[in-house]
Amino acid sequence: MNKQVTFRIWRGDANGGKFVDYTTEITEGLVVLDVIHKIQATQANDMACRWNCKAGKCGSCSAEINGIPKLMCMTRMDTLNTDKVITVEPMRAFPSIRDLVTDVSWNFRVKTKIKKFNPRKPDCEDGTWRMMQEDVDRVQEFRKCIECFLCQDVCHVLRDHHKHEEFIGPRFLVYTAALEMHPLDTEDRLADLKQAQGIGFCNITKCCTKVCPEHITITDNAIIPLKERVVDEYYDPLGWLWKKIRPQG
Amino acid sequence: MATNYETHEYDVLVIGAGGAGLRAAIEASAAGVKVGLICKSLLGKAHTVMAEGGMAAAMGNVDDRDSWKVHFADTMRGGQYVNNWRMAELHAKEAPTRVHELEAWGAVFDRTKEGKISQRNFGGHRYPRLAHVGDRTGLELIRTLQDHGIHQGITVHMEYTIVSLLKDGDRVVGAFGYDRERGRFRIFKAKAVVVCTGGLGRAYAVTSNSWEGTGDGVSLAYHAGAELLDMEFIQFHPTGMIWPPSVKGILVTESVRGEGGVLRNKDGKRFMYDDIPDNYKSQTSTDPEEGWRYTQNDKNAKRPPELLTRDHVARCINREVKAGRGSPHGGVFLDIAWIKEKIPNAAEHIKRKIPSMYHQFMQLANLDITKEPMEVGPTTHYAMGGVRVNGDTQATNVPGLFAAGECAAGLHGANRLGGNSLSDLIVFGKRAGEYAAKYAKENSAGKINDAQVEAAYKEAVEPFERPAGGGTEGPYQVQYDLQNMMQANVGIVRLQNEMEFALAGIEKLKARAAKVAVQGHLEYNPGWHTAIDLKHLLTISEAITLCSIDRKESRGGHFREDFPNKDPEAQKYNSVISKQADGSMKLRREPIPAMREDLKQVIEEMK
Repeated sequence: MNKQVTFRIWRGDANGGKFVDYTTEITEGLVVLDVIHKIQATQANDMACRWNCKAGKCGSCSAEINGIPKLMCMTRMDTLNTDKVITVEPMRAFPSIRDLVTDVSWNFRVKTKIKKFNPRKPDCEDGTWRMMQEDVDRVQEFRKCIECFLCQDVCHVLRDHHKHEEFIGPRFLVYTAALEMHPLDTEDRLADLKQAQGIGFCNITKCCTKVCPEHITITDNAIIPLKERVVDEYYDPLGWLWKKIRPQG
Repeated sequence: MATNYETHEYDVLVIGAGGAGLRAAIEASAAGVKVGLICKSLLGKAHTVMAEGGMAAAMGNVDDRDSWKVHFADTMRGGQYVNNWRMAELHAKEAPTRVHELEAWGAVFDRTKEGKISQRNFGGHRYPRLAHVGDRTGLELIRTLQDHGIHQGITVHMEYTIVSLLKDGDRVVGAFGYDRERGRFRIFKAKAVVVCTGGLGRAYAVTSNSWEGTGDGVSLAYHAGAELLDMEFIQFHPTGMIWPPSVKGILVTESVRGEGGVLRNKDGKRFMYDDIPDNYKSQTSTDPEEGWRYTQNDKNAKRPPELLTRDHVARCINREVKAGRGSPHGGVFLDIAWIKEKIPNAAEHIKRKIPSMYHQFMQLANLDITKEPMEVGPTTHYAMGGVRVNGDTQATNVPGLFAAGECAAGLHGANRLGGNSLSDLIVFGKRAGEYAAKYAKENSAGKINDAQVEAAYKEAVEPFERPAGGGTEGPYQVQYDLQNMMQANVGIVRLQNEMEFALAGIEKLKARAAKVAVQGHLEYNPGWHTAIDLKHLLTISEAITLCSIDRKESRGGHFREDFPNKDPEAQKYNSVISKQADGSMKLRREPIPAMREDLKQVIEEMK
């Protein structure tokens, strides 16, 4: 069962770097992160790699494995061809810090700009609300997000066109959708979506949905309905007319 | 010179950004003081995300017989009466309000048919009590607090490690640490400091804890003069994954059993029926059919023995394995697939109720839990012990220093009930933030002592100055040796001579740790981080071992083969650890204050 594998790992920092090959022995049942840890402990003590839970729940160990954005902790070695060299590199849509670790702080800044949850008045005198399960199913799907930012990494608007100042990316469209579709929320985020958050940049190639480790239907369930809401609000001529002529107050 | 370090000044500094730390930071900032929050990793990644089952709060949404009194009595019974009863009381009374507050901040819990927050059954809780979101309740908690907290004006320092608390006389006045990304050292000056650093499972080889669970806060507080409490009580969760080897220790939520999952040995026998402790006999079913009905929310049914307290279930599994009745990889079988005999569309039902478990086994073990049983075994999960705090204020014995969450002790006594951790975080995180803010308002800033800062800096970077070779070694081997030694000698079943061996071993490992050398740079250097964690791991391992040697009985998470029974006398004290002037660690037994009469009566009523 034991077998030699070669990992080609990107080593470097913001000033540049190169791929370095490490050959190590693997046993049955390992994931990519195990092999990275083994190399770290035995051959490269100072190799930087971000991880926490090692169970696909925290979304820290995002990387590109053989060019595909994945969580290292959830990628079993037996799903890869170990007869060939396996490349592991950091997420390319974000600036490098060191080795496999990238600077994802942009994501945290983006989130603070999205209007926070603003619930309606409680339904009951004891300060609680009533919501039906079927009314929260969709929002719960979005709230599964572990913020691994793989969807941001793969999104060509960010990765290739670097529209970080104009577009919030799939993660934060999902986040906004969770707020907009929350049965209790009263805030309106459509103007922001259209203007500052650049929802129009997304041309629904669904790359984000494909890489989501939580299998959130990002494009179909979050982005497209948000696009529809924006269109209804701003581009529907009948709606526009109605808003002009409807009785005020 | 200390003046060379960039200094951040806060009224309240919260170290740790899991559920307790975030809740403390939110409360302190709401009180109008300036708050800094230190995360060891990125914001929202703390170990709280791993919590699965739910948070216990006696809201009575599913069974209106529930009340704070029942929750209080359940918590005390589960903790085998060495709990801080005041904390157990406050926790039971305040948890429902804290849960409703989360909903007001955007949390989306699973619902009952009436549209209320749904509640599920869990081990040791008499009624369905755990508010939950599938089996990812911890993620919901941390994300709700995070998304609320980022609009509160809290300054968040991500990927920072604190290496020392700073003192002005007796009082804690700040902390010293570095950012992991660049290795730049910083001074955090604060009128009050709250440690919320979570667990210490990384002292053991098999654990459900992430790399962060190295007991930092407990160790930092101890070295700053804070007393530690009941360090012998470590919870070994009965169901961790055991195969394949790389996932060994990862948690399999208790909800699997709450939803009807059963434990079997290799002969297919439900061995939990063989050993039901006396104090749970009246609440536990001996009829499998009744047990099944309990999991399906039949109010008149008693719970199946699989849902006895975690310490007990873990030991029963251990016994089956030792007796040669285990599964192929040294555990037992946990079977949820069997419920297809009971309900239509069982596979879909399982995927909806415990989706993370379905995916975890599918992806990591290539096993479909809707078709096959899982293999599980005990894993080091939770520290009931930790920093000793005042039950009302979460203040430690050191002025200006507070603690909350897993790193604080008292609420759970000798054994924590599942679901009582997430509620602990929000109840006592809130209280810690509130009282830390109050302290900060009532006290002026202290003075930072340059000599302390320089000493902490020197200690932190020393591993770089030791040349490789010549008696030095890397940090990883020392860490592995400690983890294996603690696992083998101060683990789920304990013996005097083994623990004495471990205590001597810790001294040897301390000597090795003092010679650890690391190479390279200060930027995101995992070898260096591991070297720094070693001090914390050794400190807490020593405290755990000392307390475990001293407690000559079996109670909750502390099981001694040489003293297998409970000793009524030992129910009267807590173990208290403190650092002596000469730097040595000292243990004393301290009597538990007599419980208030009204609370005694509650316990009597609930028997």
